[in-house]
Amino acid sequence: MIADTQNLIRAVTEADSSARMVSAVENLASVRDTAAIPTLIAVFGYNNPAAAVIAVKGLIELGEVAVPQLLEQIDEYNYGARAYSIRTLAQIAHPHALDLLLEAAETDFAPSVRRAAAKGLGYLQWHKLDDSERATAQTKALATLLSITQDADWAIRYAAVVGLQELAKIPQLKQEIAAKFSQMRANDAALSVRARIALAQEKAVS
Amino acid sequence: MIEPSAEEVATEDSPQLTKQQAVVNLQCSDLSLRYYAAWWLGKFRVDSPEVVDALVVALEDEADRTELGGYPLRRNAARALGKLSDNRAVPGLIKCLECSDFYVREAAAQSLEMLGDARAIPALLRLLDGGVAAAVNVPGRPHLVQPYEAVLEALGAIGSTVAGTQDIVELIEPFLQHPVIRVQCAAARAMYQLTSKPEYGELLVKVLQSDDLKLRRMALSDLGAIGYFHAADNIAIASVENSFKLIALKGLLEHQLQNEQALTLNDNAIKLMQIMDSLL
Repeated sequence: MIADTQNLIRAVTEADSSARMVSAVENLASVRDTAAIPTLIAVFGYNNPAAAVIAVKGLIELGEVAVPQLLEQIDEYNYGARAYSIRTLAQIAHPHALDLLLEAAETDFAPSVRRAAAKGLGYLQWHKLDDSERATAQTKALATLLSITQDADWAIRYAAVVGLQELAKIPQLKQEIAAKFSQMRANDAALSVRARIALAQEKAVS
Repeated sequence: MIEPSAEEVATEDSPQLTKQQAVVNLQCSDLSLRYYAAWWLGKFRVDSPEVVDALVVALEDEADRTELGGYPLRRNAARALGKLSDNRAVPGLIKCLECSDFYVREAAAQSLEMLGDARAIPALLRLLDGGVAAAVNVPGRPHLVQPYEAVLEALGAIGSTVAGTQDIVELIEPFLQHPVIRVQCAAARAMYQLTSKPEYGELLVKVLQSDDLKLRRMALSDLGAIGYFHAADNIAIASVENSFKLIALKGLLEHQLQNEQALTLNDNAIKLMQIMDSLL
């Protein structure tokens, strides 16, 4: 089994065409072996979107066990690669990614990354934190999502509403989120954002 | 059509202007300052009667010319006037549809679409004179003899707001067979707006499978503009960046919500939002 994975890893590093890269990453992702994690993350930097999407999917399937390496191997100099890392972390939803998602949601320059991070902040698996950390972490997520409900980009505000809807399941946060929703529903400039708030109110805070 | 820009570009490096300064600059001797001022007033949607008056005057500018006889200031003034919702600009823009500069005619048609004033219909129809047979490329230039895409889109958008459009439909329909796919798309878009027949929406859905990414993006933008609900699932799986899909789905959603004061959400609207959520 281990030898197999090493061969599959080698196939990825030696792929000499875009199509071979895609099938090599597919094969590597399908064995669901933790030994594949660094290689799958490295694929984010190869400028091959089809392969990167498969690597994202493979890492999400591996789940929590991939989180430490995803956090360590964030590429500060390649925003394309960083975007894939953040999308993966947002979907695995382990709360150790909190600080990174907070920063991405507030300051990343790619709107697609900010949207993924904003949604991810609502869906983190809070029960995986110690009781002592949990309330602080949730408060931080709430503060960031509330702040980006003022963003100039309607799609960022839309993503913030999606995150807040999920966060409103936490009893201590529900009231503040409900108040924000009422205010946004009356004032937001985009009809689609107001509609998404109406849906969130139905689902979460009614 | 206007290329949709999904990722807004920051404009912090632009010189700061004020409304008064921009209006003054429109008349100043430095042509580049005039040009910039017209762009700036549109970009920041500085909507006031004196701005509209100054931009309408700029539609007749003779000072700023390109080597090929183009009118850069007129182009920018025409573009800006579409972004300011003041229909006093309509007669001046209609006149621009006869300008010798293709890009002035294109900008005027786009702005007339945005202003949605039915007075523009006869002048827009005149640009379709000769039909598809006359709609050929200008030798040596990267465009057709008329800005057909902008004209067809404007006729679809404005025509859908008035009654008795059978003559418009008959003039537009042949353009579904135009050899340029972007012109076909503009015709399909207009036909859907004028007739509400799904076959025209489906023509745009087909373009979502094109090999050309720019065409796929354009079809997304067209589907969003006409709010064709049955395209939702095809939009979700199209091979285009999520930012463009979200903009298109926003168009579909807002079409569902038209005339909804109380934001009661129908099943279609909820389905669209579920798809949008999945694309975040």
